[in-house]
Amino acid sequence: MGGMALPQVAPVETPEIEEVPAEDRPWVTIVWDDPVNLMSYVTWVFQKLFGYSKERAERLMMDVHTKGKAVVSTGARERMEMDANQLHGYGLWATVDRA
Amino acid sequence: MFRRSGGQCVATFAHDEVRVLRKVAAEVVGLLTDGMDHTDPVVGRLFPDIYPDRPDDSNEFRLYTEGDLKTAKIDQAGAILAALPDEGEGEVRLDGEAAEAWLRAINDARLAMGTRLDIHADTDLAEELDDAVLKDPGSSRVFQLSVYAYLGYLQESLLNALPEIK
Repeated sequence: MGGMALPQVAPVETPEIEEVPAEDRPWVTIVWDDPVNLMSYVTWVFQKLFGYSKERAERLMMDVHTKGKAVVSTGARERMEMDANQLHGYGLWATVDRA
Repeated sequence: MFRRSGGQCVATFAHDEVRVLRKVAAEVVGLLTDGMDHTDPVVGRLFPDIYPDRPDDSNEFRLYTEGDLKTAKIDQAGAILAALPDEGEGEVRLDGEAAEAWLRAINDARLAMGTRLDIHADTDLAEELDDAVLKDPGSSRVFQLSVYAYLGYLQESLLNALPEIK
């Protein structure tokens, strides 16, 4: 990406960010790369299931494909379990973990 | 292969295609109904552990969800069987809901076959097929690889025949 350099300004003092305790951190649904699922199918599933735009769904699919995995949703544990379960219905390889 | 026609996804299947698709869908149903073997890698791929590092949590989740997931997978494979002619060639016309069931079912069949065929990220399907033909053109591996490749093209054609998601 090209473009303008950031203006040089003195850093504003920011308050210390407190470490969020593990039990309060949200959960994530992760989709893993697999050699069978078609790229076009994975994109379609992300659009269909999460209502993501084609661009966002394609970006996520490429993340899965090139990085081996991608976080596809974030939130409460029960919600993530539901997402992963639905992804299994579509044949995607999904797991749940803490963010 | 599927094309879009009058708001539906339409395909004309030859006799052999109908036979292969019926066989493939019936095999998925069979795999899911004959007392599923969880040590089978295909079952492992169709029903992945939701918490890979926490077997107890995974098993508990499985206890509550696997029955419904299995039923959904049997139903979607059933959608293929329901839409195909019993035998011989024929046309298949799918509305949006049926097209989605077909997509999911074709995907399950490809996952099952891909796992059995040991397909990897760097597998060159054409090369695999050439090797298999050289070894024995009449082998089951040649047939399985051909069907696997065919299902990939069919799934792609169905995706292209779907209306854009807004």
